[in-house]
Amino acid sequence: MQKSLLIDAGKCTGCLQCEMACSYENENVFNPSKSRIKVFTFHDEGRFVPYTCTQCDEAWCLQACPVDAIVVNSKTGSKDVLEDVCVGCKVCTISCPFGTINYNQDSGKVIKCDLCGGDPACASACPTEAITYVDADATGLARMREWAGKTDNTATA
Amino acid sequence: MQHVIIGAGPAGVTAAEALRRLSPDCEITIIGDEPEPPYSRMALPYHLVNQVGESGTYLRKKENYFDDQRIDILQDRVSSIDTAAKIVTLESGSEKAYDRLLIATGSTAVKPPVEGIGLPGVHNCWTLADARSILDRAKPGAKVLLMGAGFIGCIILEALASRKVDLTVVEMEDRMVPRMMNQRSGGLIKSWCENKGVRVLTSTRVTAIQQESDGRLSVRLGMNNTIEADLVICATGVKPNTSFLNGSNIEIDNGIVVDRHLRTTAKDVFAAGDVAKGRDFSTGSYTVQAIQPTAVDHGRVAANNMASELEVVHQGSLNMNVLDTMGLVSGSFGHWEGVDGGDSTELFDGERYRYINLQFRGDVLVGANTLGLTQHVGVLRGLIQTGLHLGDKGKKILMNNPLKLMEVYLSATQGTTLNL
Ligand SMILES: Cc1cc2nc3c(=O)[nH]c(=O)nc-3n(C[C@H](O)[C@H](O)[C@H](O)COP(=O)(O)OP(=O)(O)OC[C@H]3O[C@@H](n4cnc5c(N)ncnc54)[C@H](O)[C@@H]3O)c2cc1C
Ligand code: SF4
Ligand code: SF4
Repeated sequence: MQKSLLIDAGKCTGCLQCEMACSYENENVFNPSKSRIKVFTFHDEGRFVPYTCTQCDEAWCLQACPVDAIVVNSKTGSKDVLEDVCVGCKVCTISCPFGTINYNQDSGKVIKCDLCGGDPACASACPTEAITYVDADATGLARMREWAGKTDNTATA
Repeated sequence: MQHVIIGAGPAGVTAAEALRRLSPDCEITIIGDEPEPPYSRMALPYHLVNQVGESGTYLRKKENYFDDQRIDILQDRVSSIDTAAKIVTLESGSEKAYDRLLIATGSTAVKPPVEGIGLPGVHNCWTLADARSILDRAKPGAKVLLMGAGFIGCIILEALASRKVDLTVVEMEDRMVPRMMNQRSGGLIKSWCENKGVRVLTSTRVTAIQQESDGRLSVRLGMNNTIEADLVICATGVKPNTSFLNGSNIEIDNGIVVDRHLRTTAKDVFAAGDVAKGRDFSTGSYTVQAIQPTAVDHGRVAANNMASELEVVHQGSLNMNVLDTMGLVSGSFGHWEGVDGGDSTELFDGERYRYINLQFRGDVLVGANTLGLTQHVGVLRGLIQTGLHLGDKGKKILMNNPLKLMEVYLSATQGTTLNL
């Protein structure tokens, strides 16, 4: 059974432990701006929404890549960027309708969530279980994925 | 079922892969006239800066990939099609019969009708062969003149500048990337490039090119200005590769005319990519977009309809581009010029080279231009293509501050109430 990240924004307290853990795991620095998961803040309401790639089935990023630099991880199902193949053209960044694959000016490549190979650091770091890593069909990502479906520019007649 | 695909670019290769997924037993042959394995033109600029070798531009990287997929690749050039007999004739003299045919022959860069345009040292930047010629001449310190500062011109500009050549860019129109960015952002891109040591001459025309006795080129600009060059690169436009279709019953109007199933006017013949005049998502009209994501869209939709009975309707591809001009990243989506009766909002920070412009029809985002933004820009595509209603409140927030994009997007999609 493949697993995916389940995000329950209602439980998020905005502590940014996930951003710290992600940037440390992937970039070796504690720097939220280098994180692949991002917590958006709704100040007046005191609400926080952690947000990252849902490893969507359509994989717009992968389809758009001109040089085969994004591949499906056979173990986790995540869509992974191969750093040494990516040329940094950024076409994937405008193709992903969720904006969850982004250009990193320092490396000249793009970065996105790869589920840390099956042990996502954000989920481990989250103290409130706002981010958990669970069996795929139990997740509340359905709504986001349904929304993803609507960006498909094909339709069945 | 024998599927034949003409053209081994992204449109043709994507279609072949989709066909293989959809019908495991069919036969698939791609006929492409370039000698290299299928590669991506988009990756050429990265080859020009030696970031990747030629193989880094290849569309697929796994060894024996096409064999494993049982996709035959034939290096040859199609010289004509007989749509009644369902046969394509190849330049080598042989023929190939098809049940379904996909024309994915892309486009070719053109050279403008200027005296001396055929001289050695004047090149396009369209193929791997062109890239080799450019690599040969664009040595550090060489004087290079780039004709055209459209999208492709600007992409090459970046590559040339990092080869440390002495670069001059000449553009006929009054700004850079005139068909992708508005006046304000185009102006910022120009001053950014000038600050980095590139001469940018807008509203300027190359009127003639001559070869001097020492072999160098002398390029006349307008009436009385002349500059020297070791290399002239033409990025002044492209035209769809349709000449081999002359005399066939396949209708051509700029590109190959297709319907919403990517069918041409000939039975069992489809067209995709840069050669096809496909539907534009924003306008609903038909045009050659000549961008990679559209080529992939077309390839996938055409393959679906080739494999089964016309089940997939093309909703239109969104015209979108992302460009990096010497470190300044710009983006363009859909109706960036705005629509009649629509609203727009923008935020301009010239000093920091940041800009965002959003275009609305009612409370729906229909277009955008961005400069200096690299995070979450894909959401612009998502919002435009889903036609998501942002509500009065969401729109108002964006009208006041277009940088609140992610917050408004999350509110609209994830049920977070808005109170920003
Ligand atoms: C330098 C450069 C940078 C670019 N950067 C971007 C970018 O950043 N973003 C973007 O979206 N797009 C970009 N593009 C455009 C993008 O590369 C094209 O839109 C894309 O290649 C179109 O794919 P295609 O499969 O339709 O055609 P092509 O890639 O052109 O492939 C068509 C193939 O068919 C072959 N062919 C033609 N006629 C025949 C025949 N009669 N018989 C057999 N074979 C034939 C051609 O030789 C070619 O190999 C760039 C292009 C260039 C040149
Ligand atoms: S980055 Fe975007 S397109 Fe790619 S898998 Fe994630 S959600 Fe899908
Ligand atoms: S930026 Fe890298 S991963 Fe994204 S489309 Fe370009 S080459 Fe592929």
